[in-house]
Amino acid sequence: MKRSSSLAQTLGPLIGLILIFALFAVAGPASFSSLNNLETIARQTAIVGTAALGMTLIIIAGGIDLSVGSMIALVTVITAALLQAGLPPIVAALGGIATGLLCGFLNGYLVTRLKVVPFIVTLGTLLVVRGAAKGFAHEQKIDAPLTWLKELLAALPQGEGWRIVPWGVWLAIALAFLVAGVLLYTRLGRHIIAIGSNEQTARLCGVPVDRVKVIVYSLGGAFAGVAGILQFSRLTVGDPTVASGVELDVIAAVVIGGGSLNGGEGSIAGTIVGALIMTVIRSGCAQMGLPNWVQEMVTGVIIVIAVALDRWRQRRKASGAA
Amino acid sequence: MTQATPAPRFAMRGIRKSFGATAALQGVDLAVAPGEVHALIGENGAGKSTLMKVLAGAIRPDAGEMLLDGQPFAPATTQAAREAGVAMIYQELSLAPHLPVEDNIMLGMEPIRFGLRDRTAIRDRAHEALAMLGYGSLEPRTRVGDLPIATRQVVEIARALAVGCKILVLDEPTSSLTLADIDHLFGVLDTLRSKGHAIVYISHFLEEVKRIADKFTVLRDGQTAGSGAIAEHSIEEIVNLMIGRKLEQLYPRSTRTPGEVMIHAVGIGAAPKPVNATFDLRRGEVLGLAGLVGAGRTELLRTLFGLDPVASGEITVRVHSGWATPRDRWQQGAGMVSEDRATEGLAGSLSIASNITMNLSHDASPLGIVHPRHIETVAREWIDRLGIRTRGPDQEVRTLSGGNQQKVAIARLLHEKVDILLLDEPTRGIDVASKSQIYELIDRLAAGDPEHDIQPRAILLVSSYLPELLGVCDRIAVMHRGTLGPARPASAWTEHTLLLAATGQGTPA
Repeated sequence: MKRSSSLAQTLGPLIGLILIFALFAVAGPASFSSLNNLETIARQTAIVGTAALGMTLIIIAGGIDLSVGSMIALVTVITAALLQAGLPPIVAALGGIATGLLCGFLNGYLVTRLKVVPFIVTLGTLLVVRGAAKGFAHEQKIDAPLTWLKELLAALPQGEGWRIVPWGVWLAIALAFLVAGVLLYTRLGRHIIAIGSNEQTARLCGVPVDRVKVIVYSLGGAFAGVAGILQFSRLTVGDPTVASGVELDVIAAVVIGGGSLNGGEGSIAGTIVGALIMTVIRSGCAQMGLPNWVQEMVTGVIIVIAVALDRWRQRRKASGAA
Repeated sequence: MTQATPAPRFAMRGIRKSFGATAALQGVDLAVAPGEVHALIGENGAGKSTLMKVLAGAIRPDAGEMLLDGQPFAPATTQAAREAGVAMIYQELSLAPHLPVEDNIMLGMEPIRFGLRDRTAIRDRAHEALAMLGYGSLEPRTRVGDLPIATRQVVEIARALAVGCKILVLDEPTSSLTLADIDHLFGVLDTLRSKGHAIVYISHFLEEVKRIADKFTVLRDGQTAGSGAIAEHSIEEIVNLMIGRKLEQLYPRSTRTPGEVMIHAVGIGAAPKPVNATFDLRRGEVLGLAGLVGAGRTELLRTLFGLDPVASGEITVRVHSGWATPRDRWQQGAGMVSEDRATEGLAGSLSIASNITMNLSHDASPLGIVHPRHIETVAREWIDRLGIRTRGPDQEVRTLSGGNQQKVAIARLLHEKVDILLLDEPTRGIDVASKSQIYELIDRLAAGDPEHDIQPRAILLVSSYLPELLGVCDRIAVMHRGTLGPARPASAWTEHTLLLAATGQGTPA
């Protein structure tokens, strides 16, 4: 029952994705459904999708993280600086991810210690982290030597078609499976859902609520770190002003995918579908030559429709069960 | 004005309603005259709330008709029913705690003058409604959140009066009230009765029903099992109608042999309650905690279990003394059932399986890997053993009846194999049949089973229902304003002496 209902939960957004894609495939230029464009969609989804993995955990646990965009910017800056200092790319990347993890840990620590709602705490860290990134970079872009990091999200070079998508996308896919597994098959995953569903019950049951929350926000930061590395790969420089407002895309992906801001609900599959829906709209509108403001309006409408449909489905389920 | 043979204020005839394959109501009749308090009785799931939802316009019946003052009545929405004069007072009050009393009473129908809220008129009309209930002295500007729960209920009833209700439905109105508050509420109901309102009173407390109601209707499995004048039927007869069979021994009691001390508490204090609690809880006994609502019994349990901080005194659970988190307590072999199933006891949106295994202390591999199928198997086992009525382990807990929810909460403790059970009002708001099953279970746990090598457990039971305490416990201690009196054998207490001690009027001789 639960498994079929979580399937149904993802099925709705998936049907939506297919419909939207079909719409653009029919109405848009032939290039829209070309393999090349599919690869581009996958590449464009990778950054938001990766950050949304952590956000899914946070939202399922009943929290929110508004500082994701700022973390991504700080991570690009730190990574670029480490590369500039002559460190090998892998060390620079891990340093960037560790930066994200630390920011996430800070969020979790403040949320659990100060007992301030996560919306406010992360609204604060949104500004603090963005400011730190700008200060660290002296309000300039940080140039970095070109390394294999830039290949992560670059379009596939000729003769490497066997990879289908660049390594960065594969990384995002692997992480998605990993997080889905954590949610479904581990004690941590169960505890995350329990806390989001009813924090008091979780506490009564001996779930270490604060510890789990700190872990969840730290993971959220780490995934924002990975997203930051992917962002850096796109930019090839450290940019303290990048990814401004990305947190809203990330939250939208989770919510379109069936995540509830009241906690307890959400799925990785749904989130990925949600992230894809937004990229497809963006890509489709761009290819049809529609201006930016049309994309924005369409995306906004889709968010509200997706959540309204989800609530309607739940109400129907609830009244059927009464 | 009551006539000699009053025409019913409202009548429901042959009401039928099905949800999918489940027939919730199978032709129910209910008629209530003006100035009559009509008790609607039945186990959870018998169809009481569905019937009342039909009356309130929240559900449309599949068949049957309704009359209001002789006119056909078929509300399409709850708003239509409310305008026709049907008011529902639910167990969970629906007031805005941040608004003052007057605004709550007049919410949604504020008189307007010159385009602004007419404050004077609001206050006058709110005051008028309160005065009608004998609460004219209540300051209408008080914030509802600052009022005690019993007074909030009065505010809610006053709101119904201000709307001009003719029919008042009260769903379990006394479950969170003290005895004195119940007397006040009954005074209010008497006033309403004399003013010709028709009142439907839903309650599990048959003693109360006996006191306040004129007539009753018993529902069982969506059908009318019986009805009549309350004065002509004994409580036993009504219980038999509810469960459809004779209730032999409600409180079984096997031979229990007290063993070693499991909880040793000396002078426990926490802010603001309890003040001072000293007791020993032994393996193989049920220790009851009596007292009025708000005396500090729940707080004592919470402090023992590490949910609230200890301010003074010493707690030793088995060999472990000192400060502990709920997680530590579980590891020490203790478990707690919360008095509040909805907000603390259970995660309503999660499945039975997730709720039973929420601790996951021994369901996960060392790496923290859990298999969903394992959890399902665990849940199935407990569904069988405790007779939880459900579609399956994946059913959401909030869709279960109260009795079945409580079994899930207790299953969590049993699954963790706890030796110490802290039970806070474990039978509140559940039907008689489930109650009797829980009493049986408590008895089995306290007695243990030497043949199957099952150790007796230690049980600390908080209850406000005195017959239950006297029937289930070996020893009972009474808490009064945060201070716990000495524990005495249950046989040394009577309902009368327990009540005296609970109200602080001396200890029994």
